[in-house]
Amino acid sequence: MAGGTGTLALNILHFARLLRRAGLPVGPADMLAAAEAATLIDIGNRQQMRAALRAVMVHRHEHAELFDQAFAQFWRDPELVRAAKAIEMLAAGKAPPPEKAPPGTRRLAEAMAKPRERPEPPEQKRDEVDMVMSVSDRERLQSMDFEAMSADEISAAKQEIRKLTLPLDLTRTRRRRPDPTGPHVDLRATIRASLRQGGEILSLARTRRVEKPPPLVVICDISGSMARYAQILLHFLHAVANDRDQVQTFLFGTRLTNITRQLRHRDPEVAFQLVAHAVPDWSGGTRIGEALGLFNRQWSRRVLGQGAVVLLVTDGLDRDGAAGLAENMDRLHKSCARLIWLNPLLRWDGFEPRSQGIRAMLPHVDDFRPVHNLDSLRGLISTLSKAPYPRAMDTWRRVA
Amino acid sequence: MLPATVSDTAALLAAGGYVADNALATTVHLALAMQRPLFLEGEPGTGKTEIAKVLASGLGRRLVRLQCYDGLDLAAAAYEWDHARQLMAIRIAEAAGTADRQVLASDIYAREFLQARPLLSAIDPDLPPAVLLIDELDRADEPFEAFLLELLADFQLTVPEYGTIHAATPPVVVLTSNRTREVHDAIRRRCLYHWVDYPDARRERQILATKAPQVGEKLSAAVVAFVQKLRKEDLFKLPGVAETIDWASALTFLDKSELTPESVDETLGVLLKYQDDIAKIKGAEAARLVAETAG
Repeated sequence: MAGGTGTLALNILHFARLLRRAGLPVGPADMLAAAEAATLIDIGNRQQMRAALRAVMVHRHEHAELFDQAFAQFWRDPELVRAAKAIEMLAAGKAPPPEKAPPGTRRLAEAMAKPRERPEPPEQKRDEVDMVMSVSDRERLQSMDFEAMSADEISAAKQEIRKLTLPLDLTRTRRRRPDPTGPHVDLRATIRASLRQGGEILSLARTRRVEKPPPLVVICDISGSMARYAQILLHFLHAVANDRDQVQTFLFGTRLTNITRQLRHRDPEVAFQLVAHAVPDWSGGTRIGEALGLFNRQWSRRVLGQGAVVLLVTDGLDRDGAAGLAENMDRLHKSCARLIWLNPLLRWDGFEPRSQGIRAMLPHVDDFRPVHNLDSLRGLISTLSKAPYPRAMDTWRRVA
Repeated sequence: MLPATVSDTAALLAAGGYVADNALATTVHLALAMQRPLFLEGEPGTGKTEIAKVLASGLGRRLVRLQCYDGLDLAAAAYEWDHARQLMAIRIAEAAGTADRQVLASDIYAREFLQARPLLSAIDPDLPPAVLLIDELDRADEPFEAFLLELLADFQLTVPEYGTIHAATPPVVVLTSNRTREVHDAIRRRCLYHWVDYPDARRERQILATKAPQVGEKLSAAVVAFVQKLRKEDLFKLPGVAETIDWASALTFLDKSELTPESVDETLGVLLKYQDDIAKIKGAEAARLVAETAG
């Protein structure tokens, strides 16, 4: 491999560490591949070098820009190599990076220190590097603190979430599974079984189509008016994301953030911390139309294939006076198999959809679920699992 | 014979009529040299599939294409046992009185009863080396991706009843995705990744000159400038390079030698494929873009 190029290999090693620190998942296999790639190209050619390292170390388009910035910084400034080493030693001696922190330790440390003030010394060092790498230019308007769950609460939440059944929740896939009473004959299995009987076919092996829940896309409002439900909603989102396959989760206020990856962490506490860091606009205003428009353009084609069900959680109170809301709801409705709107603000009794936002949205949903008391996971799940209301969507639309 | 340097790879692509930028040429070169699958992601109409075709003709290999769809399974993608002939063989063995179980099992699961589908055909050691194109992987469902892992890692396929089939020459594997679904990390890790972006104006004109030589110089410049501007607009579906080529050809076919707001309005359907987008651009907006590109 990189026999005579010891310095280069070392540089690649440090570069990979910096990438990891910047949040890119670069594994040992990627480093080996990078070292191999470097021997196959003209390493004097900067463009080729960058393209080669990017091809082996970046596996998603979202990471490409981060990589380019890191590359530009690292291979221009050898000082940074030393800085990287220093940080490495520092990190080894002190606290591990937050992603790896054992659940609870950070929260504990924060609780002991002054409330609200996050950065502790090693943290600051880390941020400096982030700045040097110019990795992050996103603003953090307001960060969010969530109460921890006890182990009992977590297991209770998991049990609750198992009860969740959205209406029309099972779709038939094209996959088959063995089933003695199934409608299809599996010739391959039948012949294999017959050989055990010397070629005599005694019984037919049968199959049935596999049924499974369709992909679920949750788009959840976290603006000021929804702030009091944020905790319970996040618990819900986390439980759903970890219970089912193919769940994509988005939060929006004035912006739209995909938090699918963050929520995938099995420990809810760690997951919520990651989410709190990723989302820039907690408890701000709402631009539902704009957020949905952004979703339609950037994400709908990527996540709404294969008969996805969309669960939209919002109170429909819009800062922009419902600008562009109807068009974007219409587009969203046309792009998914089923659009369910969960509205946690309005009372079921005597509900009158007066707000412009609600009037604009109602004509474009398949199922409308208002809930007046959203203070438990159980309440949320039972609301969602109910059969479609006897009062049909038409009635809602007439009221609107 | 694989190209020796990055510039040789770029030349090979260019000879096939593919105008590649530096990063793409480097990635393709590495994929060939390191014998790793190449995973190309990008918007529809940016020339992902074309790369595999050009590689096949440039390397003198046969192109094996697997078009993915929802529900694609092993029987359609990799191999299938010829059950009818197997049943027949069992009956014949019975009639001949040689129904010894062991012998029968090895007779029934012989290579002649194994029908090759694209994946098996691409690594069949008895056939010449191949370029395997797994097109629009995002259309297949997730379980199918798992089938691919063994093939992509080791260029081999295991048929439980028969054994493992290795490729004599590892195939060049190209996977494409339009991102209608996120492809699993396990696949990404085994591949070299490249995001195929919309080309810049200079490269798009080169592509246009290669793919649609009948289009005049002046029109081609105007078309590319217009499309480049259009891609900065807030549209549901941006036009790809394929649309640029179609549009330029359409305008030439209609004997237009330059862009006017009217000619744009008349032919907008070649470029934009959603009514919302057409309604947004048609008329004033098109006139503005034409004026900007002219000025």
